[in-house]
Amino acid sequence: MSTRQPDAAKGGKFRAPLLFAVMAALIVMEGLTTGWDSALVILNMGIISAIMALGLNMQWGYAGLFNSGVVGFTALGGLAPVLISMPPTGGAMSQGGWQILGALLIAVLALVVATKLNHRLHGAARAAGVVAALVIGFVLFRAVFDPAVARVQAINPASQGYLGGLGLPVLLAWPVGAVLAAAAAWAIGKTSLGLRSDYLAIATLGIGEIIVAVLKNEEWLDRGVLNVTGIPRPWPVPYEVDLQADPGFVARMQGWGIDPVTGSTLTVKLIYMGLFGIVLALLLWGAQLALKSPWGRMMRAIRDNETAAAAMGKNVTRRHLQIFMLGAAVMGLAGAMMITLDGQMTPASYNPLRYTFLILVMVVVGGSGNNWGSVLGAVLVWFLWIKAEAWGPEIMNLAISHMSEGPLRQHLFDAAPQMRVIVMGLLLLLVLRFSPRGLLPEK
Amino acid sequence: MDILNAIVAILNYVIVPATTYGAQLALGALGVTLIYGILRFSNFAQGDTMAFGTAITIMVTWGLQSLGIGFGPLPTALLALPFGIAITCALLLGTDRVVYRYYRTVRAAPVILVMVSVGVMFLMNGITRILIGVDEIKFADGARFLISASEFKSWTGLTEPLAIRSTQAITVIVAGLLVWALFWFLAKTRTGKSMRAYADNEDLALLSGINPDRVVTVTWIIAGALATTAGVLYGLDKSFKAFSYFQLVLPIFAAAVVGGLGNPLGAIAGGFIVAYSEVAVTYAWKKVAGYLFPSWDTDSLLQLLSTDYKFAVSFTILIIVLLFKPTGLFKGKAY
Repeated sequence: MSTRQPDAAKGGKFRAPLLFAVMAALIVMEGLTTGWDSALVILNMGIISAIMALGLNMQWGYAGLFNSGVVGFTALGGLAPVLISMPPTGGAMSQGGWQILGALLIAVLALVVATKLNHRLHGAARAAGVVAALVIGFVLFRAVFDPAVARVQAINPASQGYLGGLGLPVLLAWPVGAVLAAAAAWAIGKTSLGLRSDYLAIATLGIGEIIVAVLKNEEWLDRGVLNVTGIPRPWPVPYEVDLQADPGFVARMQGWGIDPVTGSTLTVKLIYMGLFGIVLALLLWGAQLALKSPWGRMMRAIRDNETAAAAMGKNVTRRHLQIFMLGAAVMGLAGAMMITLDGQMTPASYNPLRYTFLILVMVVVGGSGNNWGSVLGAVLVWFLWIKAEAWGPEIMNLAISHMSEGPLRQHLFDAAPQMRVIVMGLLLLLVLRFSPRGLLPEK
Repeated sequence: MDILNAIVAILNYVIVPATTYGAQLALGALGVTLIYGILRFSNFAQGDTMAFGTAITIMVTWGLQSLGIGFGPLPTALLALPFGIAITCALLLGTDRVVYRYYRTVRAAPVILVMVSVGVMFLMNGITRILIGVDEIKFADGARFLISASEFKSWTGLTEPLAIRSTQAITVIVAGLLVWALFWFLAKTRTGKSMRAYADNEDLALLSGINPDRVVTVTWIIAGALATTAGVLYGLDKSFKAFSYFQLVLPIFAAAVVGGLGNPLGAIAGGFIVAYSEVAVTYAWKKVAGYLFPSWDTDSLLQLLSTDYKFAVSFTILIIVLLFKPTGLFKGKAY
């Protein structure tokens, strides 16, 4: 997006490989100093962040759309593993599940009727018709919905109390997460695209908050703040205990001089890394192809001059809606992958600072509009974010070492982990100001 | 009698809290709308500006309290408020100087400025966290109630209580005074007039010799005063928590958009529209219905949405306005 500003970064042929080598070196250093387990944890989450950043880069980098609700699309994608792979709760569907689905159908019908009335009627009749359809729909919805929810939540509330899932393989949940997020993006894009750019930012901020609120409060859906735990692992990933019980595995690890317990955790993380790496590679390949295609050129043309593109006969709003949904789908996919990695769904952990604005920093630092840049930015910023939490207190310790013991010193020390938020803000501002094209500038 | 009880219940649980909340939102939305009108971007850092100003005010309040200085029946925070405003304004002018000014000179697109304001949001959020931490803080002192529930019941003999907390009264009075001062300033003073001229047409204003730096400086000072006051009033009324201030950005933006971005009068109306809808939709009307229709027996709480979804109300209002009247009720700038 920032191509119109004076560019600082002139990329040589070796710039990208060099920066990726730096990134790899940082991960290896982490492995050598803190331990390979910690390095792999950072790398796996870094790959997932890279996918989120790719999604946001499509919206912001290709099209200049400001999405401040990444957290919502990610969280919605994270719902998919719960719905797809958890075992169904016995009797939940017959107790109230079908009725809940019926209630949701009523809600959708009410919205459809209201939309139709809005198109058909005029003047006072229009307002009255739309309001009546919505009010009647809402009352009916609550009348059907509430008792069913109460019955579902009464089933074994300590460990279930929700509908459960379909009991299917969790890998299926990844595309489903993408579809869920894209559907939400369609609804929000339909209303706020085509207006001035800030409106999309404000509306997405809202949808992000609301999706997280729904996931926190609708216990019948995902147990809310009670969390869903024990989400099954995807197909090639084994469980650590099974590996440790496997004599062949133990023998091999001992042959390599590795403790079997450490070996099993590392193996699991490595397999996850491979799995995520394949998804990232496929996405990158697709995104690069798309960006170089006529479609990608059109997108950039629209971004750089909407008026000119519209004059050339491009439907700007439609194209924006398309790319907004596409980007959201990628975020949803990343959300589903993250929940699969964690093995649990904890709605309370979705914090906009972490899942919206940090992803934004990743895209801008990496280089808006450059897919490789997003990947690089994501892993680097994620690394910095994790390490800054530890470095903060250490630096602060140095800074306050000459101070005498007292409440101020203790306060500064306690506050030190928060330093990373300031670091991220500074990073974003510095990059925007002095190198608006980021580490890997768009070609 | 039952009708009176119903009215008192509505007053106590809907009108009084919603008016207070509306006044707080209106101040916040005024800040957003002024920055939008004059600097031409949506300031995502508004919530964190409020949090920063409140944090400073709380720290000064603690300082005053430890010196034994109070404000009689009024909260000490009101004495500390001018200090909070001064420091917040200094911070805002500093960020303008270091950060925003460059983008004005290169005439960056508004969406770039939104992005920049996200960076400033991070900074302020971090500074606030370091200054005062992430926990919930209550800092209201002085008299608790203007009218307490038991007094009201013994005066009137009604079964329903009506309590007005002193913080609620203070909110409405302070917000009213501030809004009056702001409108007087915009309408009567030379600087206020030049600000309106600048907002209407930047080029024409520059041609007629208006000093843009002065306009921008005054705008940030007003925005800082509004944000700090809004934050302190909200904190006195409820409590201070950095994250809930960040979340306030949504209802504040909704209020500003509903009223029409860039329109001060609209921001005030929008603040009250959002606040009243939020409280009315999340209030359980069962008690009121019980007074009005004694024969109607229902198990339902008659609550349209649980309070966890209060942000959904601002959001719905926002979407309705975007769908049907993107310029807002009072003609802002939509495109």
